Amino acid sequence: MSDPVTTDEPKVRIRELYKIFGDMPQEVLAHVCQGMTKAELLDLHSHVLGLRDINLDIPARKLQVIMGLSGSGKSTLIRHLNRLIEPTSGEIWIDGEDVLAMNDKALRDLRRFKMSMVFQKFGLLPHRTVQENVEYGLTIQGITDGEAAARASRWIDRVGLSGFERHYPGQLSGGMQQRVGLARALATDAEILLMDEAFSALDPLIRTDMQTILLELQEELHKTIIFITHDLDEALRIGERIAILRDGEIIQASDPQDILMNPADGYITDFIKDVNRAKVVRMRTIMGPGGPAAGAPVDAAETIEQALPKLHAAPDGLCPVMRDGRQVGTAGLDAAIRALRPPAASSAQYS
Amino acid sequence: MLDFLTEFPSLGRRDLSALRQGIDESFRTFSRAYGEQLEAFFNPLLKFLVWFQDLLTDAPWPLVILVIALLTWLGARSWKITTGTVLAFLAIGILDMWEDTMATLAMISVATVLCIAIGIPLGILMARWDRAQSVITPILDVMQTIPSFVYLIPVVMLLGIGKVPGLLAVCIYALPPIVRLTNLGIRLVDREVMEAAEAFGASYRQKLFGVQIPLALPNIFAGVNQTIMMALSMVVIASMIGVQGLGVPVLRAISNQYLALGLMNGLAIVALAIIFDRVSQTYGKRLQSYRETGRE
Ligand SMILES: Nc1ncnc2c1ncn2[C@@H]1O[C@H](COP(=O)(O)OP(=O)(O)O)[C@@H](O)[C@H]1O
Ligand SMILES: [Mg+2]
Repeated sequence: MSDPVTTDEPKVRIRELYKIFGDMPQEVLAHVCQGMTKAELLDLHSHVLGLRDINLDIPARKLQVIMGLSGSGKSTLIRHLNRLIEPTSGEIWIDGEDVLAMNDKALRDLRRFKMSMVFQKFGLLPHRTVQENVEYGLTIQGITDGEAAARASRWIDRVGLSGFERHYPGQLSGGMQQRVGLARALATDAEILLMDEAFSALDPLIRTDMQTILLELQEELHKTIIFITHDLDEALRIGERIAILRDGEIIQASDPQDILMNPADGYITDFIKDVNRAKVVRMRTIMGPGGPAAGAPVDAAETIEQALPKLHAAPDGLCPVMRDGRQVGTAGLDAAIRALRPPAASSAQYS
Repeated sequence: MLDFLTEFPSLGRRDLSALRQGIDESFRTFSRAYGEQLEAFFNPLLKFLVWFQDLLTDAPWPLVILVIALLTWLGARSWKITTGTVLAFLAIGILDMWEDTMATLAMISVATVLCIAIGIPLGILMARWDRAQSVITPILDVMQTIPSFVYLIPVVMLLGIGKVPGLLAVCIYALPPIVRLTNLGIRLVDREVMEAAEAFGASYRQKLFGVQIPLALPNIFAGVNQTIMMALSMVVIASMIGVQGLGVPVLRAISNQYLALGLMNGLAIVALAIIFDRVSQTYGKRLQSYRETGRE
C-alpha cells in the first residue's frame, strides 16, 4: 500500500477480509483466493463475491472515505466493522481488539458504546418522536431517562432541530430526518461513526449543507469517521483518506491529493478525469522544495483556485508556500497549470 | 384387469371398519384416561367464563350499556360509533335478546382474550424462527379449512357438551388470523429500521418490544379484528354443543322455521360484529397516527 507509515496504532485494522454470499461460501473461498473473478464465481458457482482481500488501516480521529460505484461492496465492507455481516474469512481489529473473537455480549457493547451508525435511508423509528429517536442509543445503553433526555436535547440543538423534538420522522424532510440520524449516532458518544451513504438520498443543496455540518462537528469532535459514498466530489470534499473499491477489492487507498496526482490504474484515472481539479488540488501537493520566491505567500492548504491570483501576480511566477507561519516550499504557476490537466486516461488498462 | 381401473382398489369394508374402530377406540381410551384431567385443567377457564357471563347478565342493564359506551368511546373516539352502539344495545334489550347477547358477548370476549394470549406469542415465535413458521403454517391451514363439525367430534368426546368445549371450538377456528398477522406484521418491519436497532446494540427483547411489536401493531390489530369476526361467526355452531347465547334461538328458529326469531337474533350477531369491527379498526388506525406525514 502507498500509505505513509503512521506511528499511531490504527483505530480500525482490516486484514485479508473476504466475503462471499451464497450457501457454501467456505467451499468456494479457495477459488476466490486463487483469483477467480466475481463474474466467474457467479457463473460457475452461483456465489456472489462481496469482498476480496481487503486490507485497510483506518487512523484514529480521521475521516476515512470509502468510495465505489453501486454494487462495489461498500455497504458490505462497513457492515463488517460492527459485524452486521459476518466475514467469510479475515480479521478485523478495533483498538487492538479482535472483533471476530467477540461473544454476543462483547459485540453488543461494541455496538452500544464504541460505534454508531448513520444509514442511507435514515433508519429512524417511525413510531417515535425526534426526541425519542435521538435518545434511542442512550436508552439501549441503559442510561436513565432524565440524562438521556438532556443529552438528546443537546444533540438535537447541535444539528439545528430545536423545536422539532415532538415531531415524528414522517413529518420531516429528508435532510431533517438525516439530521436526526446524525444526532442519534452522535448522542451515544461513540468514538467511531459509520456512515453508509448517509447523504446520498438527499438533494444536492441539502447534501452540501449536511457535509458542512459534518465537517464542522468533526473539527470539534475528532471522531473516527468511516464515510461511504459513491460520489467523488463528496469524497474529495470531506475525505482525509479515501479508499476506492471496485468489484469488492480496494484498488487504491491514499489521501485525496495523492489519488488525484497518482491514480493507481486506468479505472481511477477515468474516475477522476472530470473532477474540477482547481478546486481540490492544494498547494502542498504541487509545491517544490523551498527556495527564493518573489510572490505573496500562499498557504499549503490553499487550492489552486484560491492561490491562482497570487501565483499570477508573482513577478517570477513563484510563491512561498507557508504552513503554520513557516515556509515549507515554493509553488509555481507552471506547476499549478500542469496539475490542472488530469493524468492521461488510459482506458485500455482495465476491462 | 379392467375392474382394477374402473373400480378404485379400496380397502375392504371389513378392513376399513376395523381401522375406524381402532382409531375411535384408542381415542375413547385416551379420553377416558385423560378426560377428567383435561376438564380439571380447563376448570379455571370455565369458572372465569361463568363469572364473567353472570357479571354481564346480573348487572343492571343501564350500567352495562354505560360501560360498553365508555369502552367504545375509549376505543374509537367517535360519537357516531358510540351512539350507534348504544342504540343497538337498546334495540337488543327491547326485542328481549339481552340475556343471550350478554352470554355471547362474554363468550366472544373470553375467546378473543384467549386467542390473543396464545396467538401473539405464537406469531412472534414464527417470525423469529423460519422453522417454527414452516411447522405452524400448515397447522393453521388445517384449523381454518377443516369443517368445524369435524373437530367438534373429538372436542365433545373429550370434554362433553358445555361452555368449555364450545369455547375451544371457537378458539380453534378464530386463532389462525391473529397468529398469521402477528407473524406477517413482524416480518414486514422495515429492514433498515431493524438494522439500525441492531447497529445500536439492541438485544432481542429490546428489538422485539421497542421496534418489532410497535411497528407490527397495525397488522396485529387487523388480526385481532379478524379473530373477533370469526369467533362471532362460530356462535351458532358453538350453540350446538351447549354454549348459551344468541346461537341457541337461531338454532331453534332453524328447526322450527321461525323466520322472525332467526332474523332478529341473527341481526343481533351482526350488530355485535359491526360494533367490534368499527371499534377495533378505528383503534388500530389511531395507533398508527404517526404515519400521517402532516406535510404535503
Ligand atoms: N445478502 C446478500 N446476498 C447476496 N448478495 C449480496 C448480499 N448483499 C450484497 N450482495 C452483493 O454484494 C455486492 C456488494 O453489495 P453492496 O455492499 O450492497 O454494494 P454497495 O453498497 O457498494 O452498493 C453486490 O454485488 C450485491 O449484489
Ligand atoms: Mg450500499
